[in-house]
Amino acid sequence: MEKYLYIALFAPLVGSMFAALFGARPKTTIAGLVPSILLLVSLMASSTLLVHILGGGEVVHVEMMTWMATGNLYIPFGFVVDQVSVTMMMVVTLVSTVVHFYAIGYMDHDKGFNRFFSWLSAFVFSMLILVMSDNFAGLFIGWEGVGLCSWGLIGFWYHKESATWAANEAFIMNRIADLGMLIGIFLVYWNTGTLQYAEAFAAMPALDIETLTWIGIFLFVGAMGKSAQFPLHTWLADAMEGPTPVSALIHAATMVTAGVYLVVRSNELYALIPNIGLFIASLGAFVAIFAATMALVNRDIKRVIAYSTLSQLGYMFAAAGLGAYWVALFHLMAHAFFKALLFLGAGNVMHAMHDELDPFKMGGLGKTMKGTMILMTLASVALAGIFPLAGFFSKDLILEVAFVDHHFIIYGVLLFTAGLTAFYSFRIIALIFHGEDRHTALGHHPHEAYTFMLWVMGPLAVLAVIAGALKGTYFEMVTAVLPGTEYHVHSAAAYWIMTIGTQLFVLLAIYFAYKKYMSRDIKIPDGTSAMENSFAYKLLKNQYYIPYFYEEFLVKPYRELSIVLWKQVDMKVVDATVDGIAGIVYGTGEKTRDMQSGNLSTMLKWMVAGTVAMLSLAVVFGLAVKYSDEIQAILSGLGV
Amino acid sequence: MMEIGLNHYLVLSTILFSIGLVGVMRRKNLLLLFFATEILLNSVNIAFAAISHFYGDLTGQMFAFFVIAIAASEVAVGLGLLIVWHKRHGNIDLDTLSTMKG
Repeated sequence: MEKYLYIALFAPLVGSMFAALFGARPKTTIAGLVPSILLLVSLMASSTLLVHILGGGEVVHVEMMTWMATGNLYIPFGFVVDQVSVTMMMVVTLVSTVVHFYAIGYMDHDKGFNRFFSWLSAFVFSMLILVMSDNFAGLFIGWEGVGLCSWGLIGFWYHKESATWAANEAFIMNRIADLGMLIGIFLVYWNTGTLQYAEAFAAMPALDIETLTWIGIFLFVGAMGKSAQFPLHTWLADAMEGPTPVSALIHAATMVTAGVYLVVRSNELYALIPNIGLFIASLGAFVAIFAATMALVNRDIKRVIAYSTLSQLGYMFAAAGLGAYWVALFHLMAHAFFKALLFLGAGNVMHAMHDELDPFKMGGLGKTMKGTMILMTLASVALAGIFPLAGFFSKDLILEVAFVDHHFIIYGVLLFTAGLTAFYSFRIIALIFHGEDRHTALGHHPHEAYTFMLWVMGPLAVLAVIAGALKGTYFEMVTAVLPGTEYHVHSAAAYWIMTIGTQLFVLLAIYFAYKKYMSRDIKIPDGTSAMENSFAYKLLKNQYYIPYFYEEFLVKPYRELSIVLWKQVDMKVVDATVDGIAGIVYGTGEKTRDMQSGNLSTMLKWMVAGTVAMLSLAVVFGLAVKYSDEIQAILSGLGV
Repeated sequence: MMEIGLNHYLVLSTILFSIGLVGVMRRKNLLLLFFATEILLNSVNIAFAAISHFYGDLTGQMFAFFVIAIAASEVAVGLGLLIVWHKRHGNIDLDTLSTMKG
């Protein structure tokens, strides 16, 4: 089985290297095809491992080589394929394979085609390291690796100012969070003496609760950055500057879920500190509704989907925080499928509309883009959680968890958010595909994407539909390592009322969205309507003024401070010192170069002066040696 | 009448050396510079010979002979170069020899 582990892990790296060979060349299809096929190989290997684990096989644990061994510190490059990591591997390799093949079509006309595949495969490799590592150090390498690849891919169109800005924003936000994560890892090592998951978690129950709390907090800070939780969430919406396949893979399905994975992986730690768990759950519920409200009014389809991702991540954290780790992981998996599908559909729409993102300028696209419409509607239904699609099983489960654990506020918030989710999802569906053709007046001639792009989205669509049916098998598998608490509402009547009530609520939201946004009266908003001038709309439209707040109260003061430090400290102290030393050396040279006038007479004079100086020194030292006893007597007399 | 001893020779040698040193520093004429170096070398020769006689050891006098021989060859080469320089530039002024400027 080790062989399959290595194949699954290293095939994307080989693909990335291969595409990198063509990095600076013009587009060659092979640079996209080879990494895609290698990812398919990786998917096959992961599936073999999944079958092995499902069949009750042993956990595959390998130690590839020693990485660091100094004193008491021993960190190997170790990889583990257990029930949790194999789930993540399946999600990562499956979605990446689909996205890779899709991107062959999507990036068809892009100059950076080869470079794109190199980055994308490198991302998959980093992500696999992240999920497969058997210790915190390896996790951190993967963590930074995906951060780097995310930076490269958000800023993929680096000639665009906004893209580079968004890339840097994402990178810097993550850097802030990674510091917290690093402190958490240091604390783990400091207190348990090891970074291996198994040993570290085994040693944790013996630690005092305060230490554990700090470890939990700092590790969660890292997770907050990567999973874009409040208050580090602003980068995710801006990250939509990247190409759409990137948004689908990195900013919906895989990388942003790394934070959830970390919490799930550290479940033994968080089980010891339920207060932090409750905080995580509350923050998750808050982010769920917070992001969903921003999605209600946004006029950029990719941003709406990004906020929806943020909101769903909130759900995952709510579940993980309440101790329902397997539920969180299940929603992570289901969400990866339908959200990637939704993003790829949005990519088709963008292509058809020549990168137009405002759904108000579309309308009626369903006539020309039937395939995309069906796939996106399917994904939205799954996201909204309608029976029997994936979202119903995973999201309703989270609601049940909150209900059964008597966290009724969290339950209420999440339930309300479910309605909002359905509303904003179908708001964009209705605006894009139904109603009047508002785009013809703007001179667009939409066309459907390549047929193969629709076909490769197929597997995701199938999974978005049937993922719920896998729940039982999945539960059997992961509860081997995760706490296998089952969540059942005690009375059957309450259960049915809850389920059917939720379904009705969601359906009502969908109906309302269709009714409101399919009507013929929809005009392209021009900022004059009463709604657009209301305070609530402005608040949501400006993302609660949080980016503005960051700009005004963090970025600008920091910039001022930097300028002061630059002008006062750097220029006047640091630079002045260095320049001073250089100036002395330079000045001495400038002054003494007169000696080298080339005039023999002058040079002879210097020579004589030098000789006299040396002779004098020789005489002084000679005398000093000769009379050393007397000199010492005099010096000791002076008390030296 | 005072007997002439080692010190007198050494004083003479020092005086000659100083004269030579001043000549090396002050003279602008290349020919006179050679004269000055000859004075330097010969002042050293006097010191060698005197000290050799004082200790009754011939090594110093042998050294003086070597100095004379090498000084002679040095002057031969030097004068040769000097004549070539004079042919080319029409003077032997030290201040014009400044092509080795740094």
